[in-house]
Amino acid sequence: MTAEVPGFGADVPRLPPPVTQRGAVGWLRQHLFRTWKDTLLTLVLGVVLGWLLYQLTLWTFTSARWGVITDNLRLFLIGLYPAQEAWRIWLCLTSLSLLAGATAGSRGGYARTIAIWLMAGQLTVAVLAVFSPMGVVAILALVANSILVLVAQMATRRHPVRSRWLTTAWLASVPLTMLLLHGIAAVGMPVVDPDLWGGLLLTFLLASISMVLSFPVGVLLALGRRSRLPAIRLLCTTFIEVVRGVPLVTLIFLADIMLPLFLPDGVDLDRVVRAIGAFTLFTAAYLAENVRGGLQAIPRGQIEAAQAIGLSGMQVDRFIVLPQALRAVIPANVGLFISLLKDTTLVVIVGLLDVLGIGRAVLAQPEWLGTSFEVYAFVAVVFFGLSYTMSHASYRLEAALGVGRR
Amino acid sequence: MSAGPMSLPPKPVRVPPWRDARIRGLAIQAAVVLAVAIAVAILATNLVGSMAERRLTFELDYLDNTAGFAIGEAVISYSATDSYGQALLVGFLNTLLVTVLGILFATILGLVVGVARLSGNWLVNRIAYGYVEIFRNTPLLVQLFIIYFAVFLQLPPVAQTMSLPGPVYLNQRGIFLPRPEPTGSFAPFAVGLAVGLLMAIVLWRFGVRRAAGGRPIRRVSWLCLGALLVIPALAWITAPSAPLVLDPPIAGRFNLSGGLGFSPEFSALLIGLVLYTAAFIAEVVRGGIQAVSHGQVEAARAIGLRNGQVLRLVVLPQALRVIIPPLTSQYLNLAKNSTLAIAIGYPDLFNVSTTVANQTGQPVAVITLVMGVYLVVSLVTSLVMNLYNRKVQIRER
Amino acid sequence: MKRALVPATAALMAVMLSGGAVFAQDASPSAAPSMAPAPAPTPTPEPTPPPEATGILKRVQDRGSLVCGVNGALPGFSVLDEATGQYSGFDADYCRAVAAAVLGDPTKVEFRALTAAQRGPALQTGEIDVLIRNTTWTVTRDTSWGLFAPTTFYDGQGIMVRSDLGVTTLEELATATVCVQSGTTTELNLTDQMRARSIEFTPLVFADIDATYGAYEEGRCDAVTSDLSQLASRRTTMADPAAHVLLDAVLSKEPLGPVAPLGDDQWFNVVKWTVFATIEAEELGLTQASIATADITNPVVARLVGAEGGLAAYLALDDGWIVDVISAVGNYGEIYDRNLGPATPFGIARGLNSLWTQGGLLYAPPYR
Repeated sequence: MTAEVPGFGADVPRLPPPVTQRGAVGWLRQHLFRTWKDTLLTLVLGVVLGWLLYQLTLWTFTSARWGVITDNLRLFLIGLYPAQEAWRIWLCLTSLSLLAGATAGSRGGYARTIAIWLMAGQLTVAVLAVFSPMGVVAILALVANSILVLVAQMATRRHPVRSRWLTTAWLASVPLTMLLLHGIAAVGMPVVDPDLWGGLLLTFLLASISMVLSFPVGVLLALGRRSRLPAIRLLCTTFIEVVRGVPLVTLIFLADIMLPLFLPDGVDLDRVVRAIGAFTLFTAAYLAENVRGGLQAIPRGQIEAAQAIGLSGMQVDRFIVLPQALRAVIPANVGLFISLLKDTTLVVIVGLLDVLGIGRAVLAQPEWLGTSFEVYAFVAVVFFGLSYTMSHASYRLEAALGVGRR
Repeated sequence: MSAGPMSLPPKPVRVPPWRDARIRGLAIQAAVVLAVAIAVAILATNLVGSMAERRLTFELDYLDNTAGFAIGEAVISYSATDSYGQALLVGFLNTLLVTVLGILFATILGLVVGVARLSGNWLVNRIAYGYVEIFRNTPLLVQLFIIYFAVFLQLPPVAQTMSLPGPVYLNQRGIFLPRPEPTGSFAPFAVGLAVGLLMAIVLWRFGVRRAAGGRPIRRVSWLCLGALLVIPALAWITAPSAPLVLDPPIAGRFNLSGGLGFSPEFSALLIGLVLYTAAFIAEVVRGGIQAVSHGQVEAARAIGLRNGQVLRLVVLPQALRVIIPPLTSQYLNLAKNSTLAIAIGYPDLFNVSTTVANQTGQPVAVITLVMGVYLVVSLVTSLVMNLYNRKVQIRER
Repeated sequence: MKRALVPATAALMAVMLSGGAVFAQDASPSAAPSMAPAPAPTPTPEPTPPPEATGILKRVQDRGSLVCGVNGALPGFSVLDEATGQYSGFDADYCRAVAAAVLGDPTKVEFRALTAAQRGPALQTGEIDVLIRNTTWTVTRDTSWGLFAPTTFYDGQGIMVRSDLGVTTLEELATATVCVQSGTTTELNLTDQMRARSIEFTPLVFADIDATYGAYEEGRCDAVTSDLSQLASRRTTMADPAAHVLLDAVLSKEPLGPVAPLGDDQWFNVVKWTVFATIEAEELGLTQASIATADITNPVVARLVGAEGGLAAYLALDDGWIVDVISAVGNYGEIYDRNLGPATPFGIARGLNSLWTQGGLLYAPPYR
């Protein structure tokens, strides 16, 4: 009955795979030199990439004039914001650090990514500031802030702050930050005209305020577009399609140059506010389409079930539909916010001095002629760092919320 | 017969009007429409009032007036004596040119990078990943500035033109290629080219049909390529004189003349748009390919298809269904992003329109017109791509 | 359905908007100028001075600051000093002069840096109160942008080339590429001149002044064209100013001056007479230092400093407004010398911008 199958007996020793298929050699063969085509491709690309990296490194450490960045660091960070009032910005950063640290400690996950990057970012700037004429106060403030992120995170890990408090604090920090930056003439704090806000400060403000404002507008538009009421559906659809159909530059141009025509006499909106308005409407229209996608993904049965247990229309939206829909579209929305962050550079075209605009102004100085690669590479690295942080935080947020796992 | 309560028809429940869904719906709509109407009316009144006060109009009469300014690059003939309308048309055609070429190249590059992202070769895979991350995470405007100010304007001046094999000339004034000029014996060569192309197409379709019938022709793509190359080559050799001669660029006092020149502005804008959009298209392509179930790939390999064939015959056709909607929005983004031309001096529609707005003193009319043009182009593109999408989707089984 | 979100989002919006509200300046809609009561008609034959400020004048006084559109990137005319956050230059000083006339305080100016293409719309939409941005007076602009106050700087269009090119005439620039800023008269003049001489050229148009000169300096263009004063000013900011020469050809007349929005005569008069006051003060020898103690026995001087005549009321300004202006920025000659004169890097000769008594074109009508 027992047929001997040659070679499959228990007594045959199990040999390890040949040396060409394991360890470092195996990995290399598998991943780089599997066929002759792969080998050729690897060699050609390797040589080209190696040469490029070598040239880039050589340039970075020998011929690049990084003085254009460090000498003008204050301009890049805060634009024309008066140097003697810069403490207000460090104070705003302190509150941001505190909040980010506390959130990271209490919630973990995505918040920790942001906190780590905030810390790393401030430390990097502090290191740059050592080579710049910005003074000791700025360096100390930046270092203290980054330590604060860590301290707040440690402190709240043991004793987490409740979500509601965190949300309130974050929301309250926005108008307080604005007030601090703008100044209150009534209490003798000099007013700094928003025209002077520039550099990274302006980039941050434009992006974060537009982001926060566009969210509710976009959700309302998405709900409106799916409404049973035809008039509302039509209004929302028209708005979304028109805004999505025109280039952002034309909207910014419109807001910058033509908005005063729409306003009654005597009402004068600052240019920064006008730009924020254009970014908010633009982002809201795209966000509405993302959210609509999320709404469509909710099975009809859930809504019917919710109605069957007696929830009203609003309650169905609030407790059943929106929480799921918004969660489903987190990746898409983070992508949208990254786009918004990058799009803030378009204010250069209407002459606002965001971090890119400052770069252009710096390049107009005769002593920095021929450093355009240094300046634009620096700006690109700044945006890359910010965008990369956001997309990584989003991965962790998705994981924490279990998107795609339910 | 006792009229019991059972036989009574059910008493209609009287719903108070404020709980009636229909009436409530109407009321909400009326309120919203009224609010929007009031807001629009207030804004419109302000607009009309301020426009009258500032002698602005929505009228487009100015389009017939003489423009009086020159435009650096034009696809159609244009001179300063033409009208503003003609100037705007030149801008529109420039936008169209850069958009169409941009879409073409971005699609090719995006496809290559998207496939490379899934390559088994680690180096290819990492390079594609690095490319996508770098270009997606930095602003297009910064990329354009780098390409224009830090690359093109740093090329050698005209006097020290860089000459690459081809001959291709590179200097601050742009990229200059020799332009192929047809000669007297071009006609027979063109016929040869057409015959070769036709044969290649016929062979290809035949091969596809045979493959579907289970009797594939070996090396059909090599056969097609052969037909495409050999027949025109024969036509070239048998022609009495060369059917095409190259008209190389010649150095003038300030510029190279002749040949096929691309200005740094155009080149920088095109390259910037292509590199940026291709990074997004690569992600779209990757998502589409990953959406095709792995079983399909394994099944295709099991019946003996080679890697390229798996990709071409099995994966891409199915991935296309997933890819088309996001691809459409990338195309639209590219078209809209071409407005950044204004930052590097390429005369696209938006750039020309700001000049027109300024010279005519009618910014409202001009900007409205331009936004309208972009809106129409966007909507038409969406429509076309939706139709195509429907055609692709209909094969769903 | 939609109302479901209202409570949730309204609160959020309210908080955010309150943040944004600090940006909004002077949101009082009560300043509608057309609603101001008209002065009661009086039968007396003498001209009745307008009793009060209306329109833009009132708006500026209510706001407490003047919004002045400037170039912002043109050393000598208006350029931002990064250390202080203040604008300096010839145009910037005229902004201060208007602020001193209207508010009595030359520091109450909000400068708006505008590109060439932005300035027209900014005037038309009422975003700025006055445009003092080396703007050429033309009939199109005079009727569609705003009203041109007297010319503060008589200029002409020039062309700058690299000196190693060896170009001396316009004709030698055939087939050249010329950098030019969009939305300028120079863009049109260049085309006109080249057309008149049948010279082919390629314009390269940038919206941004820095981009225009940047592209020229990098060598993208063979020449750059603009007002002579602008070329002289920008040349000083180049890495090697000596490597660039201005061609001898003057392509056009470029009278540059302040512009007030259309449709407000009172405001236009204020701007106009501010310029005249600086010219008149130079003619009378009144300087920044001397005007406060001017000899008012001379009736012309007395009228100018407001000691007699009560002429300021016609402009709805305070009697001492010219004293405020001159002690703030000085007379025309002082403004010119401080910003453009021989002691500055630009060293532009007065030329046409001398008083009429010295062979120039500056001529102020009598202040009476």
